[in-house]
This record gives sequence, structure tokens and C-alpha cells, in this order.
Amino acid sequence: MKAVRSAVALAALAIAPSLLAQGSTADEIAKYRAALQDGNPAELWEGRGEALWKQQRGPKNVSLERCDLGLGAGVVKGAYAQLPRYFADADRVMDLETRLVWCMVTLQGYSEADAKKNPFGNGNDRKSDLEALTAYITSESRGVKMNVPMRHAKEAEAYRVGEKLFYFRGGTHDFACATCHSEEGKRIRLQDLPNLTTAEGAQKAYTTWPAYRVSQGELRTFEWRLYDCFRQQRFPELVFGSDAAIALTMFLARNANGAPFDAPAIKR
Amino acid sequence: MADPMKIRATTLGDSTEVKVLMSHEMESGQRKDAQGQTIPAWFIQNVIVTWNGRTVLSAQWGTAVSKNPFLSFKFKGGAKGDRIAISWMDNRGDKRSDETVIA
Repeated sequence: MKAVRSAVALAALAIAPSLLAQGSTADEIAKYRAALQDGNPAELWEGRGEALWKQQRGPKNVSLERCDLGLGAGVVKGAYAQLPRYFADADRVMDLETRLVWCMVTLQGYSEADAKKNPFGNGNDRKSDLEALTAYITSESRGVKMNVPMRHAKEAEAYRVGEKLFYFRGGTHDFACATCHSEEGKRIRLQDLPNLTTAEGAQKAYTTWPAYRVSQGELRTFEWRLYDCFRQQRFPELVFGSDAAIALTMFLARNANGAPFDAPAIKR
Repeated sequence: MADPMKIRATTLGDSTEVKVLMSHEMESGQRKDAQGQTIPAWFIQNVIVTWNGRTVLSAQWGTAVSKNPFLSFKFKGGAKGDRIAISWMDNRGDKRSDETVIA
């Protein structure tokens, strides 16, 4: 009897590690993130972005402090939690990055090409002002509940287009965003993929971008996330600030409504 | 010139905890660029932290320290309002100094 019992115990021990493995991978990554959260280098981008926001720059030598991010000229606090949104002056739905480009053009006098020539930084020699500004402005929405509006017809249109794009299959691999992001428990290598068709999944994903990517040593924005997803699914290059990028952002941001924004975060 | 450091220093009981984020490439010298050329090593070599002018930490770093390093340590003593100054120098001779007061 004793022998039988210990055999059963042994069998249980043998099963336990493989059962634990799946849950514990995610747990360990969560622990890793928590350990890094304390010294998140994203703060370096936030600091640089705040200085850029206040600095007089461009052909007109003015700061961005009069830039209207949707809550009135110069209001930064909580602005990101209500983006993308329709802006009457531009007659267009804009996400944060697109709006920053708009302000750099209209307030500071940059050409549009100059304003968006370096959306994603690469090391010390090619630091991106847009990433730094995005880090600063998003950090001012930390803890604010996502509340993306859908009052204007163009906001509703952007949402619908974004939804279509999310489910649109194409490219050499016949891939859609939904191929990876519409089921529970999917992953790439060890990285769990959020199910973006549920409110919980969209909230968890959207509220944790921008993020410092430890593996790249760079802060990455939501536009970058979409850009890189398009690359991974072998789609044509997603143009920075394009209607497609904004529509997808609108779809996911709106789905994240109700959750407190919690970025810039830190990711693997 | 490198970007400013982010420094936090807080006193808890009889010791002070200092947390610093530094902006630096910390190139290891082991990587190659797209043309196959070795990217030269470029890293912070010396770090000195002072508390009201008195050195509380002095470190020599190598290439194994990550990009944008985070340094956290505690020392005995320190009171609210005391000055914490941190400076580093890298192997190219670039320097950066920043300071804060203990909260």
C-alpha cells in the first residue's frame, strides 16, 4: 500500500512541472517586468520629451505648449486617454503622434516631411523627438481612465475602418491582425498574445503602450507597435500617421475604454 | 552631451536609498554593424556618488552593464534635504553630472 501511494506521489510530481510550465512562464515574465518597473528607462524619454515640449524650436521658434491635444490648447494632463479623436481644425481624426506632427507644422513652422522624418529612433545617433514627446504626453495620462470619444461621424468611420482592417486577411501569409489576436492563450515563442477582441484583452494591451523594450533599448509607441505587427504579418509598410494607422488605433483605443491608462510601461 | 540622469533618493530610518537611471548606449564592443564592422566599445567606466560632498559609492564599470543602466543602492545616513550628486565618465571621456536632494 505504501509503495502504491509513493508511486502515485511520484507520478503527481512528474506531471506537476509540465502543468506548471505554461502558467509560470507568464508569471515569471510578470515578475521580470515588476523588477524592472522600478527603474524603467522610459523615464529618460519622458524627461527628454518634456524638455522638447517646452523648448522653443523650429523655424518660428516657439514651443509646443499651445498645442491642442483635444482638451484645449496646452492641456496635456489626461489628453492621451481621449485620443484618437476628431479635430475640427484639421478636419480629420488624429492619434497623438499625428497631432504632434500637426502642431510641429502649424505652430513651429516645420515642414510636414521634417516633422515626421524620424518617427522611430535607433540608438544614440538617431534619437526620435516624436517618441520622446509621446512618452512625456502619455505619462501625463497615467491612471486616467480611457475615454475615447465616438461622437463625430468621422470618429465612427475611423472605428469601422479600423475594425475592418483588424479582420482583413492579406499579404503573402494570408494573415490578419485577428489571426494572432482573436483567441485566448495564443503566443509567439514565450510571449502571450492578447486577445484584442475582448474588452479585457484590448484594455491590457492598449493601456501598456508606449513601452520601453528592453530587447531593443528603445521606447516604442503604439504607432510603432502597429508598424511592426504589419511587418510581422508581411503586409505593405504601414505609413506613419496614415488613415490606416489611425483607424486601427481608434478601433483598439476605443475598445480599451474604461480601463485606467498605465504607460509608459516596460516590456521584454 | 548625454541626456540628464533621473535620480531619486529617499531616507527610510537610518539609511538612504538612491535610485539612478542613466542614459547611455553602453556599447559592448562585441556587436557588428550591417557592414560586418565591429562597433567599438563605448561604455560608462567610472561612477561616483557623493552625499553632501562625501563619496558614498565609487564604481568601475565594464561592458557587461546594460544600455540605459539603472543603479540602486543604500547607504547608512542621510537626511531630508541633503545633497546627492552623481557623476559618470565613459571610455571616450564624455562626462555627465547631476544632483538631487534627499526626499
